[in-house]
Amino acid sequence: MAVKVMIPTPLRAFTDKKDAVILEGKTVGELLGRLTTQHAQLKKHLYADNGTLRNFVNVYVNNEDIRYLKYEETPVTENDVVSIIPSIAGGGTAI
Amino acid sequence: MRLVLKLESEFIDRIKEHGRDSYPEECCGFLFGSSDGKVKTVRDLHELLNSSGENRSRRYVIGPAEYRNAEIWAEGKGLEVLGLYHSHPDHPSRPSQFDIDHALPWWSYIIISVERGSPSVISSWVLNDDRSGFGEERIEEVKMREGTKKVVTDQ
Repeated sequence: MAVKVMIPTPLRAFTDKKDAVILEGKTVGELLGRLTTQHAQLKKHLYADNGTLRNFVNVYVNNEDIRYLKYEETPVTENDVVSIIPSIAGGGTAI
Repeated sequence: MRLVLKLESEFIDRIKEHGRDSYPEECCGFLFGSSDGKVKTVRDLHELLNSSGENRSRRYVIGPAEYRNAEIWAEGKGLEVLGLYHSHPDHPSRPSQFDIDHALPWWSYIIISVERGSPSVISSWVLNDDRSGFGEERIEEVKMREGTKKVVTDQ
């Protein structure tokens, strides 16, 4: 089924400036898999080398963080909106 | 191709002031504006509270709710979230490894060095596409009143 995935501003450079893409999938993982297949340059920004989502990448199904659902196994339906929302962190040197 | 970030003098002053007022902790804030692919122009900035639960003199954290609010605000104004600024108290205005590990692509990351409470060097950085590090972006200071421009950082 087709589900809307919202793209944050800094990642739109890799989605032809689109703020949302419609993707087929039954779970969050399937949607993100298709997203990073269609827009391959996104993968290194969303996923760490070990294949897990980077710790500053938050994914919501509607208003629910998938960390409190079933992570990438979280099911989606065509009325859901999936949003990729970054946390932002930085700083001088190691604590 | 080297990118350019246009920044009015008033915004540079506000970033310096925020860095000074937050010392010895790090300050942070969003940059809003427009982009034509080569040049980003800052139209507004929002100061943020550093919500890091760790040592705020060495870390800043902006949560997803604040990011989402910033994006909604920007879209309502016809602007984009161009990036953010933060301070490095008693450290150079160069990105740390922690900055690289947590950076988003395309965004401008302005860093202001604050030495013993006094703002000093300001610079802007953009993450390399392969996440290997940052490239420095040229800040073009725009003095709106006189209608003149001055390059404040260039290499």
